[in-house]
Amino acid sequence: MDGNSAIGEAAIRAGCRCYFGYPITPQNELTEYMAMHLSRKKGCAFVQAESELAAINMVYGASLVGARAMTSSSSPGISLKQEGISYLAACELPAVIVNMQRGGPGLGSISAAQSDYFQATRGGGHGDYRTIVLGPSSVQELADLTMRAFELADKYKIPVIILGDGVLGQMMEPVEFKKEAPAELPIRENSLRGATGRPSKIVKTFTSNPSELEEINWSLFRRYTLIKKQETTCETFMVDDARLVVIAFGIAARIAKGAIKTARAEGLKIGLLRPITLWPFPEEQVKEVAKTTGQFLVFEMNMGQMIEDVQLALAGQGEVAFYGRPGGVIPAPSEVARVITRLYYQKGLK
Amino acid sequence: MKLIYSRPKSLKKAVFHYCPGCGHSVAHRLICEVIDEMGLQEKTLGIPPPGCSVFAYNYFDVDMAESAHGRGAAVATGVKRAYPEIVVFTYQGDGDLAGIGTAETIHAANRGENITTIFINNAVYGMTGGQMAPTTLCGMKTTTTPYGRDHLLEGHPIKMSEILALLEGVAYIERVAVNSPSNIRKTKKAIAKAFQMQLDKRGFSMVEILSPCPTNWKMSSVQAWKWVDEEMAKVFPLGVFKDVTEKKDAD
Repeated sequence: MDGNSAIGEAAIRAGCRCYFGYPITPQNELTEYMAMHLSRKKGCAFVQAESELAAINMVYGASLVGARAMTSSSSPGISLKQEGISYLAACELPAVIVNMQRGGPGLGSISAAQSDYFQATRGGGHGDYRTIVLGPSSVQELADLTMRAFELADKYKIPVIILGDGVLGQMMEPVEFKKEAPAELPIRENSLRGATGRPSKIVKTFTSNPSELEEINWSLFRRYTLIKKQETTCETFMVDDARLVVIAFGIAARIAKGAIKTARAEGLKIGLLRPITLWPFPEEQVKEVAKTTGQFLVFEMNMGQMIEDVQLALAGQGEVAFYGRPGGVIPAPSEVARVITRLYYQKGLK
Repeated sequence: MKLIYSRPKSLKKAVFHYCPGCGHSVAHRLICEVIDEMGLQEKTLGIPPPGCSVFAYNYFDVDMAESAHGRGAAVATGVKRAYPEIVVFTYQGDGDLAGIGTAETIHAANRGENITTIFINNAVYGMTGGQMAPTTLCGMKTTTTPYGRDHLLEGHPIKMSEILALLEGVAYIERVAVNSPSNIRKTKKAIAKAFQMQLDKRGFSMVEILSPCPTNWKMSSVQAWKWVDEEMAKVFPLGVFKDVTEKKDAD
């Protein structure tokens, strides 16, 4: 199955009944999958919106009445959705937003990139907020993390971003769906389905009282602290005896893993740390690895974005080198292997 | 003693923050009267906009949710598609509906979304201090058209009711005003009809309300209410622009 369709199937199995989208390459298979499976079905909603702005605001509407709702797009379209994501975050509404990244800035290219890391992990829209950001690196993980995304969104009343890319969306791999679609989800307690048997409710953020808004910000950030504590995940690969650890996420981590296997076969002690939650970033895990390794290489398909989180986590411990390929260029594992090997020898690790 | 007039149940006991002579408070009350009379208080969700009426949720005693500027029709689409049992109305100003939210409004109407829009047209951006709106009349002075709106530079006032009435998905469009007792009565009837269209699943319904803004028009309340008849209604004629009540094949 292709990655985009796998997200669609996983979402439906996670109880997503509402999808709103707008065409953009390289994620159209997902919109088409949802059109096939959610339109003209009782209790489901599919709308091809007139714009990404409209689509994210439809998600906001569906989330208001308690539905599990999703939208997807690729980099330029995600920029347009930032307005809605900020409102979702502010109003504490769950939603899942998929970004199958492509090269930028501007219209860029339709080839895979990772240049929206900053946008995704720093909030992206206006105001102080965070979204949970998941970085899958295989079709299987796209499916698994899509299901997890809906659970996290509901649990923490927060928008969750799945930060994939054009390669993951298009590639075909076997995938196992670990859950069946639930028959019916419980109605979320904060749903606005009419004030029957209860006082009327308001969902809003606007206030003319700054101290009220300050408290809203505090309450959001208290929840973010909890998320950091409970939901941070990462994968480590051969780090125990590693003298150099590569840190990469998503498809770049997949490429790096191939390169590391080649290098290991030649006797180089190299490991991989792959953040799965990009926000919250696995700072503690990076610190843990730094107890036994002094050399790091951050590899990203951008000009260096996640590297800032790595440096913040290390706080001066160890040395951090960077290899970046922006613009939609997808380097082969052999290219990455060359970079790793050169660094390994330069640093006198052999 | 027979009670003939009281505060609608759906209208909270709060003091309006609107300026004297403003049309918002009258429009709010009329919507609440309709919600009460149709028995919809417990199944309605209102979507107010940014602008002077951003605080509408302080007055309506029904579920209310804030919308981003201009996105009311898209939010209402999501609401109604996800939970068709709800009665949803958007409350939007002219900058919101006819400026930043034109695309959302036109496409929701064209899809025939079963939603009701109350469109307050006061020809000016109120809360931000009286800038030119898409509906500002030619010649009218605002803070951003200090020499008067010139159609060669700023275009003509946009007529949303006329534009939307052309779309197949639209069930009902009427332009009314809240500047006299008889117009206020007509406005209430129009709002009731718009909600009925939604209940009957006939498609998109909108009531455009010409609404005085004495503060930004720099007039007294009385002058402003007269100005609606004498100037505004000439550019924005009152009346029904679309009504599919009699049409049987509307579905």
